[in-house]
This record gives sequence, structure tokens and C-alpha cells, in this order.
Amino acid sequence: MNNIPAPNELLAPGHRTCAGCGAAIAIRQMLRAAGKNTVVCEATGCMEVTSTPYPETSWRVPWIHVTFENAAAVASGVREALNRLGKEDVNVIALAGDGGTADIGFQCLSGMLERGHNVLYVMYDNEAYMNTGVQRSSSTPWGASTTTSPAGKVSHGKDEWKKNVAMIAAAHGVPYVATASIGYPEDFQNKIKKALSIKGAKFIQVHCPCPIGWGFDTSDTIKYAKLAVETGLWALYEVENGKLRITYKPSEFKPVAEYLKGQKRFRHLKDDEIAYIQERARKDYEYLERLQSL
Amino acid sequence: MTTRVIEGSQAAAHAVALCKPKVCAMYPITPSTHIPEELSKFVADGKFDTSFIRVESEFAAMSACVGASATGVRAFTATASQGVALMHEVLYAAAGMRLPIVMVVANRALSAPINIWNDHQDTIAERDSGWLQLFCETNQEVVDTIIQAYRIAEDERVLLPVMVNMDGFTLTHTYEKVDIPSQEEVDAFLPEYNPKHAYLDPERPVTQGPFAFPKPYAALRIALNEAVNNSKDVVKEIHDKYAEKFGRRYGNGLIEEYKNDRPISIVAMGSVCGTIKGVVDQRDDVGLLRVRCYRPFPKEEIKKALEGKETVIVFEKNVALGMNSGAMYSEIKDVLYELEKRPKINNVIGGLGGTDVTMQNINNFVDRLKEADGKVELLRGDPNE
Repeated sequence: MNNIPAPNELLAPGHRTCAGCGAAIAIRQMLRAAGKNTVVCEATGCMEVTSTPYPETSWRVPWIHVTFENAAAVASGVREALNRLGKEDVNVIALAGDGGTADIGFQCLSGMLERGHNVLYVMYDNEAYMNTGVQRSSSTPWGASTTTSPAGKVSHGKDEWKKNVAMIAAAHGVPYVATASIGYPEDFQNKIKKALSIKGAKFIQVHCPCPIGWGFDTSDTIKYAKLAVETGLWALYEVENGKLRITYKPSEFKPVAEYLKGQKRFRHLKDDEIAYIQERARKDYEYLERLQSL
Repeated sequence: MTTRVIEGSQAAAHAVALCKPKVCAMYPITPSTHIPEELSKFVADGKFDTSFIRVESEFAAMSACVGASATGVRAFTATASQGVALMHEVLYAAAGMRLPIVMVVANRALSAPINIWNDHQDTIAERDSGWLQLFCETNQEVVDTIIQAYRIAEDERVLLPVMVNMDGFTLTHTYEKVDIPSQEEVDAFLPEYNPKHAYLDPERPVTQGPFAFPKPYAALRIALNEAVNNSKDVVKEIHDKYAEKFGRRYGNGLIEEYKNDRPISIVAMGSVCGTIKGVVDQRDDVGLLRVRCYRPFPKEEIKKALEGKETVIVFEKNVALGMNSGAMYSEIKDVLYELEKRPKINNVIGGLGGTDVTMQNINNFVDRLKEADGKVELLRGDPNE
């Protein structure tokens, strides 16, 4: 491992994420696009814990962590301080998982977006509290079995549909919101670059499969990232100044079963439940296309 | 310097603006609200050049202050009561990360029941957070203490956040004569903040606020404990330097003794000390020991000031529920334990939720407790109690 050179990576190797970690891939891609003139403000979570065991760090950019729910508020303070020091050109990225964004950090996120600080917020969405052992978040998809929404004799797993954080972010009227996937690195990195070129508050939600929490082989992370998009369960779009544009649409959607069937978290689902997900995925995508046509 | 008759909150705002914090993250809460209002007016009139962040909660206010301070600029916020409680998690982080933030707290009772008036429960609840806590008696002291607080916080020997405590309403909403130093005078006393330690800068990447396994965690908490203890001498030293320059002193900066050569000593904090001084002036058996610096707790100074007393009465505006006493009572007892001949010691808890503490109350409890030992009384707010 020590012989693998990584001279240009801003997330240095040697961090302690699991094999096949989607979030680590997302952050490497994010930093490649953002470059070294960047400050990262991270929430408590998988990436924070695994990348900074004191006195070691994997971060080759300035990095700060304070608590679980305040990445957006910390980033607001960092941004204003940098501006006061004449460093308006430095990128500020707030970084949090789905729990730190959609649940506990939601208020701080909304405050930051409303005030319009020149900050890019990146939500790495692995669809549950993975750091604490796969508990359900509001970003966990319907039907997923987690340790706090386990499938059982009278339960099909999580009861609620995945919270649509990107659209809520867009409703703040910020200049740029996007969804992305680590299975489409060019699309993701273009969105990071675009977001950082725009002044104001920006939000990107990047879908990051988690082999441990979702239950698939560690070599299949990218496969499942792609399948989410190819089945229409995860859409890639951007909302620029209120105008929605789907940035990649598969020419033909694969059945959602192809995405669901290989993952342990969905393996209990019955045919009618898979059909429900299929129908809801279709409707959600249609809604997105209607928004695009506006 | 100009002398003005203004409200305590306005006086605090003037002092804050003179310290030129580059970031102020503010959220309104009674009775601290007039501070952000006054600062907003300064900003709107072009008199105060700062990034004024109107955050969505006190939690975000302290979080933004942490972000700004970690980037290397002076940061400020003000709050009270529930706001302090909501900040709790970030207060510990700010101290643990050794960030020299200054916060004014308009001390106010904690829920439930909800109550907007003064007592000290809000910041006493944060006594173990690693923040230094300075309690003021007058609005003039608030002005002077805010200016001292930044210099203490940013001192290389300290690098810790500081709370400047002023009693809600009693000080925040009261008009008093205050001397406001000039900008030149403050600039000469308080140089621009220029961090030499960790700050967020792409030219020199550092990781702040990492994860620590048990041994490094313990080592860092022990270092923090040492830093808070060591800050005591700096609080005193900077108070003295300020006194030299501005001509005002508050005891030795840690404690203030008022006619404390008498057999009975009342120990107290905050604005009630003014009332106690009135009682002391009318009697010849009682003196006052005012604790100005509550954290770090000036144990040696307190021990010396109380040595040889017949009776000590700790008056305080908080209850340590389940201990059936106030927090400071236990701490003063701890200090007196080291004396060979210990004074009798009693505790009066009063002023809860803004109940008045009258001179009559003070005279009465001194008379009741001067021969007692180990008695704890809780006052209900009756002026003749």
C-alpha cells in the first residue's frame, strides 16, 4: 500500500475508512475539483472520525470539525473571517453526511443557505448513520432495513420515503443546487467546479454507496452508484438560478429490482413492495422532468 | 474618553465595538437583546466595521464564532439563559479548541418554568466548560472587563474563551454613568489579534478539532485544565495593566474585598454586591468578599481573604439541585477545608428568577446566620424575609 503514489491527492492515503467506502471516493473527487485553495468544515461522521485520528490527519487542505450539527454555521463564520482577511478567493466547503445534513444539521444548513454565505455545502449521502452502525436517517430510502428500522415479521424496513434535501435546499432560492453520484465522477466534479465559480450559498448532494451499511461486496461500490442512476432511483440534476436541468438521463431505465436485489438492506422486500418502489421512482422522475420543462 | 449616561447593554456594545471584532454572530434573547440591537445600529450607521452574522440560533452563533476564531479573527457574541444552554455543546468545543472568543452573558434564570429575569444558573451550569468567567458588579465594570477579556483570551499563555457576565435587567437595562474609553486608548491597550497557533489558511494547512483516542484525549484535557488554572495570573496581570492605563480597578482583578477586616464575611458575585456594600456600610460586624473571577476559581486569594473569619456566608443566585446548596458554597468550603482553624460557613440562595434581594434581606440573614454553621437557606423573594 505504501508504494501507491498519491502526490496530487488532497485527501492523503492511510485514512481508516472501510474498504470500498463511497464517501472517501466522493471526497477525493470533490477535492480534486476544488483544489488546494480550499478550507473544509466538516461535521462529525464517518469521514471525520476516520480521517483525523489525532495526531494524524489525511487532510492536505485546512480542515475544521466542531460538532455533528454545525458544519454550515462553522463554515459561515470561516467564510466571513476569510473575507475580513482579504481572502475572498479561498473556497469554503461545508461537508456532512446525510445525518449531519438532513437530520441534526438541518437548521444550521437552512440558516446558512438563507443568509447566502459564499459557501459550498456538500452532503455525502450514504443513506443512514453509518459511523454509529447503520441507523436510519431521514435520507434512508423506503424499505431499507437498518438497525433502527429493521425488517421483521411485521415490518418492511423504513416506513418513510427518502427526504428530498436537494429540493428543499433549492427552495431557499440559492444560486446553485445539484445532485451527483460517485458513479459519475466527471458530472460530480463539473458540478463542484461550477458551484465554486458561483458566488453565494450552494448545495450539492452526492450519492455514496456504503458496502457495510447497504450490504454488498466492497468491490461493487461504483456498480451500485451507477445502478441507482440507471434505475432512476437517484437522479442527476442541477438547479441553477431556479432553473432545473437533468444533467444525465439514461437512455432506458433498468428495473429498480436490479439495484435493490443485490443489497442486503433490501433483500427482504416482496414483489409488491418492489413494485411500489418502481412506481414511486417513475413518478418522481416524471415530476423532475416536468420541473425541467418549466 | 467620554462620560455618558447610557444603558448597560449600550455600554457593553460600545466596549465591544472598541475591541473591533471582525465577526459578530448574533441572535436575540432577553435580556441580552439590546446588545445586538445597538451593534446593528453601529453597523447600519457605518460606525462599526464587522461581519455581522444574523444567525438562526444561539447554537449557530457560537458555532460561527468558533469558525471565525479558528480562521484567526476576533469574534464576539452575546446571549443569556436558554441561549447559553443551547450553546452548551459548542462551548466545550470552543474551550477544547483553545479559541479566544469573548461572549457577554446577560445572566438569566433557566427554564422551567420559563422566566426572563436575573439569576446566575445559566453560566454556573457552564462552570466546567473551560471558559473563563468574569462577573461584573456595575456597567462601568462591564465596559472595562470586555476590553480586558479580549486581551486575556488572546494572551499566548491563555488562548481560552472568556464569558463576561452581567446581571440581566439589573445591569443590562439600567442607565448608569459610564466612562467610555477612546478608540486610541483601546487600540494602545488591545493590539490587533494576530494568532501564531492554529488558524485556517490554505498556505499552511492544519487540521483543527480532530478525533482523539483515549490517551491523546486525556493528555489534551489535562493540558486544558492546566491552561485554565494558569490563566489566573494573566487575568490579574491584565487587570493591573488596565488599571494603570485607565485608572479603574476591581480589587485585584480576581477578588474584591470591601471592609473585609470584620468577623463576618459575605461572599457573593455580580450586581448584588452593590447592595451588600450598602449593608456593610451600615454595620460594623460584616464585610464583603466579591468573587470577580469565577473561573478560574482564585482559591489561594479566597483562602487568604477568609482566613481568621468567624463566619462566612456565601450568597449566590443558583441552586445545585440534589446538593441542597449553591455551587459556590461547596467551592468555598473546599477552599476553607485547607485552613487549620476553619470559619463557620453558611449558604444563602436568593435572587432566583429575578426576585429582589433587599438590604433588609441581607441584614436579616446576617443576623440569623452569624452564629450558625452549615446552614443553607433559600429565599423566596419576600422583601422582609
